[in-house]
Amino acid sequence: MAEPILRIEDIHKAYGKTKVLRGVSFDVAPGEVVVIIGPSGTGKSTLLRCVNLLTVPDRGRVWLEGVELTDKAVDINKAREKIGMVFQEFNLFTHLTAVQNVMLALTKVKGMKTAEARARAERELEKVGLADKADLYPAELSGGQKQRVAIARALAMNPKVMLFDEPTSALDPELIGEVLEVMQALASQGMTMLVVSHELGFAREVADRIIFLEDGVIAEEGPPEQLFVNPRNPRTREFLYKLTELYGEHGEPKSRGRER
Amino acid sequence: MTLTETLRFMWDILPELLQGLEVTIQLTAMSLAGGFVLAVPVALVRTYTRGPLNWPATAFVELFRGTPLLVQLYVVYYGLPELGFVLDRLLSAWIALFLNSAAYQSEYIRGAIQSVSRGQLLAARALGMRSLTAFRWVVLPQALRLALPSWSNEVAYMVKYVSVVYMIAVGELFTRGQLIITRTWKVGPTLFTVALIYILVVYAVTKVMDHVERRFRIPGLETGVEGREA
Repeated sequence: MAEPILRIEDIHKAYGKTKVLRGVSFDVAPGEVVVIIGPSGTGKSTLLRCVNLLTVPDRGRVWLEGVELTDKAVDINKAREKIGMVFQEFNLFTHLTAVQNVMLALTKVKGMKTAEARARAERELEKVGLADKADLYPAELSGGQKQRVAIARALAMNPKVMLFDEPTSALDPELIGEVLEVMQALASQGMTMLVVSHELGFAREVADRIIFLEDGVIAEEGPPEQLFVNPRNPRTREFLYKLTELYGEHGEPKSRGRER
Repeated sequence: MTLTETLRFMWDILPELLQGLEVTIQLTAMSLAGGFVLAVPVALVRTYTRGPLNWPATAFVELFRGTPLLVQLYVVYYGLPELGFVLDRLLSAWIALFLNSAAYQSEYIRGAIQSVSRGQLLAARALGMRSLTAFRWVVLPQALRLALPSWSNEVAYMVKYVSVVYMIAVGELFTRGQLIITRTWKVGPTLFTVALIYILVVYAVTKVMDHVERRFRIPGLETGVEGREA
């Protein structure tokens, strides 16, 4: 494995008496796509938020490109520019149009001039197939379109790593495909991605590695073939079986047309 | 008095009343503006902080919402000189009114801040924005739009609340009316004229604020009206 771009070491997090994460460690190589799966309430989202310190872990360390983010001396705001994040609920800025959503951090964080930021934002929207929706407000977009704007917004910052927190869980089934397609394209362009998702089809097809998180620890990790075909941990098998029963393996990105 | 005489009288006292209206409008505008400037930081502190910053802000709001405006006015006008601050009447009136308005405005803004989803703040932080940057560019523009309907009410209330400064004889609209009554003993026609002016001004204010609300309307940022109990 190449020098890791992201290193997570012994992350612990408790909310009151509930221990959500109980010592999670793993590395992510540049260009690697890691999908984190696991039952709800096992700390997947918390883990993701510990990577960019939106949640501060009780114990443990995080490195990005060899720089320790959990070091108090590090400017976390600078570090966050390098870590894009996409949320389950999109979290677009309600009062701004699609293109303004993408522009805001370019002007207020990167200090770009408005015209330059606008050009950049338009390019990013075009990449996610939303050039014609640039001037619409979030309320005028479908869920899938909102999530693609959110992805464009994160990508505009030129991140080294992208975090996806259940990016399709809040979407109607027919809108999931367009988002997964964008994510798949991103993966094929070599973006390093850490994805919390229940989309087994996506995990199977796009992930280089799957991490099965249960009760705040990594119960099993490995390439998709291992976890899907021959899991070592019986709990993995049980979980994947249940998930397939519940949701099927929808989200085979290629079989779905993108709405334009 | 015949109807013609009455109308004649109303017409004659109008210039004096309009001078009073000018003071009323000045006081209203300055109280709203001063109140707003104070209300935003108070709302910010009340929403996002605990402890030593939060409690003075909370005490301020509770104090000014929990006591009558008239009491506040007397404390400023009669109380402060005893502490060595001698203020003229107009300044006293303004201080009492803007502090009172700040307390109410901060509550409208606080409510509006709370209805902006936390997720947006999270997204802003994830993009590398500092908390104040995120507040300024993500939360505040939405909160101010959401607070607009209650704020419109505040404008209309303020026009009328300013009349309490009659008690310290600042020459605003209602005070002028009272002066005319003492002079002429024509209570009915005078108060009727004063009331008419108030109605027209409040109506105009409401129309203007409706226009402002329409102007700033954004799909997905719908607002509910909440104002102070009159």
